[in-house]
Parts: sequence; structure tokens; C-alpha cells
Amino acid sequence: MKILTLNFLMCARKACKSSSDAFPLHPRDVELEIVETDINPLFIRNILPRVEWAALRAMCNELGLPQLSETQPSCTDLFSTENLDPDATDSEPTQTLRDLHNLLVQTCIMEGKLVCGNCGHEYAIKEGIANFLLPSHMV
Amino acid sequence: MEFLVRLVQVHEAFREAELRALAELTGIHLEILEYRADSPFCVVRLDSVSSARALISRAIIAHGIYELWGHGKNYESLHEDVKSRSAHFWKLYETVSFRFKVESYQGKRSSSEHRQIINSFEYVGFKGPIMMTGADQSFMVFEEYNLTESKPKNLWFGRLVGKSDREAITKYDLKKRNYISTTSMDAELALVTANLALAAPGKIFFDPFMGTGGFPVACAHYGAHVLGSDIDGRSIRGKGGKQSVLGNFQQYHLTSYYVDGWTSDLTNTPLRVRTGQSGRRGTLDGIVCDPPYGVREGLKVLGRRDGRENDGPVVVDGELAHNRDGFIFPKRPYSFDAMLEDICDFAALMLVDGGRLSMWMPTANEDDKHLSIPSHPCLFLVSECIQPFNRWSRRLLTYQRLKGSDTVEWQPKVREGPNGRAHASDLNEFRKKYFEGFREFDYNGQPKQKSRRG
Repeated sequence: MKILTLNFLMCARKACKSSSDAFPLHPRDVELEIVETDINPLFIRNILPRVEWAALRAMCNELGLPQLSETQPSCTDLFSTENLDPDATDSEPTQTLRDLHNLLVQTCIMEGKLVCGNCGHEYAIKEGIANFLLPSHMV
Repeated sequence: MEFLVRLVQVHEAFREAELRALAELTGIHLEILEYRADSPFCVVRLDSVSSARALISRAIIAHGIYELWGHGKNYESLHEDVKSRSAHFWKLYETVSFRFKVESYQGKRSSSEHRQIINSFEYVGFKGPIMMTGADQSFMVFEEYNLTESKPKNLWFGRLVGKSDREAITKYDLKKRNYISTTSMDAELALVTANLALAAPGKIFFDPFMGTGGFPVACAHYGAHVLGSDIDGRSIRGKGGKQSVLGNFQQYHLTSYYVDGWTSDLTNTPLRVRTGQSGRRGTLDGIVCDPPYGVREGLKVLGRRDGRENDGPVVVDGELAHNRDGFIFPKRPYSFDAMLEDICDFAALMLVDGGRLSMWMPTANEDDKHLSIPSHPCLFLVSECIQPFNRWSRRLLTYQRLKGSDTVEWQPKVREGPNGRAHASDLNEFRKKYFEGFREFDYNGQPKQKSRRG
């Protein structure tokens, strides 16, 4: 499970949906892996405004990953030129873009648990696939 | 400029919707001048040759697009039209290598007739070499016949400017795919679904019933990044290696587009609704799905069939049972209609403005007259394409999330708990009719007696 995906997910329980503690989920006993993936500047550019930066910073803290800047980079920080057309050859990806790609797309949780900060329920991750099913008393 | 689209005579109900979706995707103004369900020839107006090429490059239910040089009801009027409409083009192709062919739809011509027809175009004055393969330009005479008549009723002459993406059907053919299941959508319709939902590079798409990943693979083919979930985690994992969703992405060299797959139930989804200062903000660009009809795959959600949800957690050997390996999460049957409504609610919450939902819905043919298509105040029904079978059909419904519709007040439906010991068929009208063989019913709702002849 990629760090990017974690930024979109919260506790699956209906009772937790309104709680601010149910997002982001807290990783426990996790095994991280870097899965090499082609960099896709267009994708990072489109997805960056949808990322909750505070939650991403907290996640990096908990996982012991390098600290992120306090403010969310803007789309103009991703390319060295003013040209935002990712097809244009003169728009070189910046280090910010590479770092984001490395964190959001290449860093994956292969094994471990995700814990809800509100109800304490644990969701297991096995072979990179998380299980968000709930026992019937939590439905 | 006018162009002739050579469509494919299959899935007729999907063709116009696909062309319109591709026009929207590429930002091209498309005007359909002539279209008939019973004909593979469609005349359109577009602003340029490059627009025509861009429009057709992703089409699945088409072969190609031709710059229209002339149209006629017979050869006399065709030649007249070509001379008056396209004389200014002739000089441009005077010396290039070219290919000239005649294609007859629902008709036949001998090769000597072909030669005669081709020679009748002598006046265009092409002097370049003739090459059957690898020619710079390809010219085509199209003849359309009525099935029983020996003379064509329509003729078109045009220059090929762009080919479709129909070859993708062969590439993604299920017969050659490593990992499929009984309910995998065939490659052609999965690709069309991705087209109607406007899958494109940079976008993020989601399939809440991903199964073996057929729709996500089709969306990734068009450069979209994909997420997927399924209530049955075994379908995502498969047997591991090649026999898994990831294995399918590896087979097509699309792994960089596969973001994640996880196990979850749409009625208890972990996807979070983002909110900002100005209210809800979308996360997904598109949602594509073929929800389980409850026939081959049972339609289930989390919960207990017997309604004993409040019994509390079960503890085994001092450990919560649901945290132990191999715990099977209880599931209960669910109503298909409720699921469709839930998908619409989910889409309204998760899609960005202008984002699309494309979902499949099966119906018994007898329901056609009083069929209710799910609707939602935040979703606009863009197209409804029908694939008919013998006694039932299924529809591909495509919705677009309306811009600024967040001001519309609505609440996601809150559903009652399990319906006691309800049987799957009581919850799913389609399933019931399917297993009853789509019997006809009389006015009182009783099955009709089969009338015997003789």
C-alpha cells in the first residue's frame, strides 16, 4: 500500500467518519519497501492538490521518514521552468517532484497494521494489500 | 470539414456515446451529420484533420476516420460530388505513394469490378507509385448496400487520416490474459467503459468491485492511475505471481499505473470524503464498475444475515477473533437496487466536478417499459448504452458529476440493518427473474401458463 493511498483512506467504520482522529490511520509494526516506479510528472501535478499535507507530514513522522516542509509545495515547485505543460521537453522535474514521487508512489507498506486513532480498530496489511473489512459488531 | 467515420457494426448502442465522450475528452467540437444504427458509416463535421486523428485514436468501436472527398447515391453522382467538393485536394497527393481500395458493406464485387471502379477515379490524376502496404496515403471507396439489393444505395470516397485503437481489443483479449474470473468483462466493452468514463493520463480512477482488475487495466491502458477494491481479497491476491491483479498489470507493462488494491465493502468504505473551506472536494476523476448482479457472483455486504450485529466481539484464546489470521468476516445478502443507489451516493461524494461514473446494470427485457434508472441530484446522466441478450440486457450508465452542485442539499441514504433471514432473491428482483428464466407474468403477478399449440 502506497503512502499516497493512505492519504485517501480513513477508518471504515461509519461511527468514526465524523471523528478527526480517524484520519490518518496510524501505521504499526510496518515493513516498508521502495518499489521502483516510473516517474509521472503529470500525475503528481494533478494529485498534489488533493493530498492532505498535514496528514502526510504526520505519516512521515510516524514512519521515521525524512521530515517534509511545513507548507505544501505548489504545482509551480514541481518544474524548473514556468512551463507547466508536462509534455514540453524543457520542463525538467525538480528535486521536489522527485522527492514527492519517491514518497507518495515508491514508498509502500508491505506488511503491518493500520490503527484508527478514534476506535483503536486494527486493519491488517499483508503483501501490500490492506483489509478494511469489519467484524459484524462494528458495521 | 466533413469526415466519414467507419464504425464497426457491433455494440451499436455504444458507438455514438463513445464518439461524443472522445470529443469531450479531447476538447474537440463534434457535429454528427449522419448516423444510423444499422449502418457502419457516420458522417461528422470537425474543424481539422488533426482533430479527426485525435478523436479516432482512442475509439474502440470504429476502424478509422476518412477525409470525405465525395458522396453519392450512384457512381455518377459520386464522381460529380468528388469533382465539385475535393478538386483542390488532388494536387496535394499527385506524387505520393498511395493505395486505393473498394470496400462493400453488405455487398460483393469481383476483383475486375474493383479495378473498373478504381479506374473510374482516373481524373484525380495521381502519378505516384501504387503500394498495397506502407503507402503514404490510403484512399477508399465505400459502398453500402441493402441486404437484398444488387446495387449500392450509398457511396463515399475519402482519404484515410486516422486509425482507431481497435487493436487494443486483441492485446487485452481475455483468452490471453493470465488472470481472469467468470465475471470478467470482455476487453472490448471494458475499453469502451474506460473511454466513456474519460480515463486519461494524470487522472486517478477507482473500481469498487475490481475482481481480477479488468476495468482498472483498461483505464491504465489509457494512462490513468487506478485504485481498486473488492469485498473478496482473494480475487485481488489471486494465486500470487502472474495469477493476480498485479500480475495482469505486469503482463501489459502497466504496473506504474496500478496504485493500490485493497479489501473493502462499498457500504463501509475506507475512502475519505475531503472537505475544505468551500465544502466538499473531490478525490477521484472517475469511477468504473460492474457491480455483482447477484447471479454468478453473490451481492454481499458486511453484516450478519441473522441480524445479531449487537452481540459484541468474539474472543478466542484471549485474543479478539477478528484480529486473528483466517477470520472470516460475516456477510449478508444485499439488494441490487440499494447497491446502485449507494454507488451514486458514493460517486457524488468522491468524484471531482466533471468526473464521471460508468457503471453496468442488468435488466430483464420485460422491465423495459417501467425501468427506473438510478438518479442523483449531483449526477447528470450522460449516456445510457444497452447491450441486449436473449431475455435480458445490460446497460452501461455514464454519469457526470455536476459542477457546483454541492449547493444541492442531499443526504446519503441511511439503510436499515439486515432484513432478517431474507433470501438473496427477495432482495434482488433481477436475480429472481434470472433464475425463474424470465417467465412472463400476467396482470395479477402470477406466472403465465405456457400455452401449448395443437
